[in-house]
Amino acid sequence: MIERARELLASGEVNRVLAWEKGENDFDRTPAVFTADNVDSLVYDGLCGPNLSKYLVGEMEKEGKILVFLKPCDSYSYNQLATEHRIDLEKVVPIAVGCRGKIDVEKLRAKGIKGILSVTEDGDKLLVKTLYGDAVVENRKEVLLDKCLACKGKEHVVECEVIGESEDTTEGDKFGIVAKLEAMTPDERFAFWRGELSKCIRCNACRNVCPACSCVKCVFDNPNTGVANKAAADDFEENMFHIIRAFHVAGRCTDCGECSRVCPQHIPLHLLNRKFIKDINEIYGGYQAGAEIGQRHPLENFDKGDCEPSVVHVRGGARK
Amino acid sequence: MTNNLIPTLGVVTDIRVDTPDIKTFRVEKIGGGKCFEHEPGQCAMLSIPGVGEAMFSITSSPTVADHQEFSIKKCGCLTSWLHLMEPGQQITIRGPYGKPFPVDTELKGKDLLFIAGGVGLAPLHSVINYCLAKRENYGKIDVVYGSRSKDDLLTIDEIQNEWMKPENDLDVHLTIDRAQEGWDGHVGFVPNYVTELGFDPNKCVLVCGPPIMIKFVLQALDGLGFQKDQIYTTLELRMKCGIGKCGRCNIGDKYVCKDGPVFRFDQLDELPNEY
Amino acid sequence: MKKISLNALGALFAKIASTMKLYAPIEKAGQVDFYEWNESEKVRLDVLKTVKSAKDVFFPQVEDLLKFRVEGKSIEMNEAPKCEDDFVVFGVRGCDARSFELLDRVFLVDPRDEFYAARRAHGIIVTLACGAPEESCFCTNFGIDPANPGGDASAWIVGEELYIEPHTERGAALIADLEDADASSVEAAKKEISAIAERLPFANLDLTGFDGEHLMEKFDDPAWERLSKACLGCGTCTFVCPTCQCYDIRDFDTGHGVTRYRCWDSCMYSDFTLMAAENSRHTQLQRFRQRFMHKLVYFPSNNDGLYSCVGCGRCVAKCPQNLNIVKVIKALGGKKA
Repeated sequence: MIERARELLASGEVNRVLAWEKGENDFDRTPAVFTADNVDSLVYDGLCGPNLSKYLVGEMEKEGKILVFLKPCDSYSYNQLATEHRIDLEKVVPIAVGCRGKIDVEKLRAKGIKGILSVTEDGDKLLVKTLYGDAVVENRKEVLLDKCLACKGKEHVVECEVIGESEDTTEGDKFGIVAKLEAMTPDERFAFWRGELSKCIRCNACRNVCPACSCVKCVFDNPNTGVANKAAADDFEENMFHIIRAFHVAGRCTDCGECSRVCPQHIPLHLLNRKFIKDINEIYGGYQAGAEIGQRHPLENFDKGDCEPSVVHVRGGARK
Repeated sequence: MTNNLIPTLGVVTDIRVDTPDIKTFRVEKIGGGKCFEHEPGQCAMLSIPGVGEAMFSITSSPTVADHQEFSIKKCGCLTSWLHLMEPGQQITIRGPYGKPFPVDTELKGKDLLFIAGGVGLAPLHSVINYCLAKRENYGKIDVVYGSRSKDDLLTIDEIQNEWMKPENDLDVHLTIDRAQEGWDGHVGFVPNYVTELGFDPNKCVLVCGPPIMIKFVLQALDGLGFQKDQIYTTLELRMKCGIGKCGRCNIGDKYVCKDGPVFRFDQLDELPNEY
Repeated sequence: MKKISLNALGALFAKIASTMKLYAPIEKAGQVDFYEWNESEKVRLDVLKTVKSAKDVFFPQVEDLLKFRVEGKSIEMNEAPKCEDDFVVFGVRGCDARSFELLDRVFLVDPRDEFYAARRAHGIIVTLACGAPEESCFCTNFGIDPANPGGDASAWIVGEELYIEPHTERGAALIADLEDADASSVEAAKKEISAIAERLPFANLDLTGFDGEHLMEKFDDPAWERLSKACLGCGTCTFVCPTCQCYDIRDFDTGHGVTRYRCWDSCMYSDFTLMAAENSRHTQLQRFRQRFMHKLVYFPSNNDGLYSCVGCGRCVAKCPQNLNIVKVIKALGGKKA
């Protein structure tokens, strides 16, 4: 990858590269923009969880083309942003990179591994060095990010050069967990979400990282809307924030799972979005946001096969 | 112990329409009298419950015995609400906040040059009237005041009928941005007018106005031989607490609400340019 | 020195809670934060770091300041009540305990914040030594000893026992009924903690040049561009930080009146400095720089060289994109220019 990036920089085809670099901890991976001077510090491995697509929006103001490396799941966000004209394809050179699922260091910690100093991949094994001795995780699949447990598959949906191989990270039913929520009684479900959402500290990380939340000015930041807020003014407000956000990205959310990855309180926010995706699939037929550029999503489209509004609210309203 | 974040109630006893977008509000405590004593250049937090609270410079001189005045330009949410008020309306007020212009120390005995643009006259108005009330403490006083048009000049009646009285020994130099029917005074931007007038650089300068005007006024003063430690201004940043804690008006190691809003330009040179 | 079996802690908590409010690290929906204790709550003294720091207890994320009723042209105003009763916060780590002293330097200096002052006067702090510091910890850079965390009383977990040493009368009163204990096993535990603290990866940060004397040099450092590049502009670092103290004051129309409340704010947010006419910090670089400059340069410049960081490492562990104060210190520290 570094080699290819250097070639493209040298040829002048691009003047900068959007990828990942190592952070302060050996296992930290931070999105970064490189030029020919520092492209050698580019890193790509099993720890590169962050989705880079949204950073392209900010890069569009600058001169020249930018090279971006896209994991299979990031390629959906890329297409969706291109569909919404938030990125200009003339100014980007995408290269697809292989992915076998990304490691969630928080899940290593949840296994009781404390004081992590480094994480090294050895095939399916992970070697973890810590302040308190070394640990081995036999199968990396045990500690993948939540988003990798609902992998959209190893296919890249952007047609471009590919470096490296990908593999599917899960065979499970990605909507299984949503079905579990649906099976709860309304009271149980209410209690579940109240419990989770009450932890919200309103840091806005979920919104700011979300490639579908690409509004230039969010309604919750705009003092003129009357709903702008920094904190919960009452004990239900943070619930509303997340529900409204989920509604707003419905149909455009590619299920990249960044919202849950970044949440400091580990709120499974992606489940709200995935519920919408599941419903859209059931009501309007299968749809994957970002599968190709220029798609119209079912909520902004109409075709004669759409079920009648009166049928939509009937649970499981199948396409007639 | 008084609680610094808790305001007192005040009542707006008079509202004067100065320009199409500036009104001056007279505020007294309920039952009459000043809400608190202040010094020239200090500010206060005014609020309409349910709309918000914001910092405004006190326009009236401390020498006014029974009330405070605030000249406020309509530009945001709270100010729009204030402009809709009628006399008799109660508001909340807390203050005074910030350090005043050093009228009784560094500025005492000096020749003074006031330079204001638009609503920037509001904080200087307080100082000018204070100096007129204690005229013997100061040397020659000049005021350069400019606005977009003649209709946008603040307190023009007071300027012409009070300040310009011969016994005040105060020269007012008015200018407007573009020529206008019914205006036979100077036309042009404030910084250029300052250069044209060519002041002696032995004065202390108090300047207040839009950032772009201040920037060019500084260049003009530099051209006339003024040093930065002779020039004072007031900064305006977002404020919430007024007591140097909420962090909004922090620039460098200073808090504008507590260490300002009055700064000398040589002091500002040592701070990040985030104002 | 007193001791109590970890199994018997519930009884101690119940006894304390019978006379005053008790806050402790409590697990809710899988995450641990300081909440008010009751018998049904699950206390997690084994968790090193709560997600949010303990500052909530003295400076809550949201608190009411006053209530208004507006009728016609008149306003009726009622100040919110201040804390009047003693309460205990149990299980505060050394870093968070130090953070209260730093918050004091903001809220207790004249003009004092009365809401904070009231809580501070009534709060009894029982600290807990850090049995197993994590890789993100760097408190020792700021003279904090994770083995001796201070407060009104300090506690150490050794095996299945909790040892508690009171430092003040109020601390002693809480644990007066517990059995006396020999301090030797605590001494051994302290040595172990100190040994780990020395081996921490961020144990020896070079803070040279972070002072008021080099304010503009640090401000103008070209490294800010690179450091802030990936910043999402979220408030995670601010809200998990024990020393961040910026706040907003807002009015909320309840339909029956107006409540004026204050809530934590973040200098990382785009509207932090937004005024009707303009915004003095309009790029994320400026906002990112403000946060770290404040902690490492502006605060020490006004507070005898004390940094507004306690090395708790929450920002290190929680930043979604792995930006943090350690990265800033390493990039900008160790030089005066």
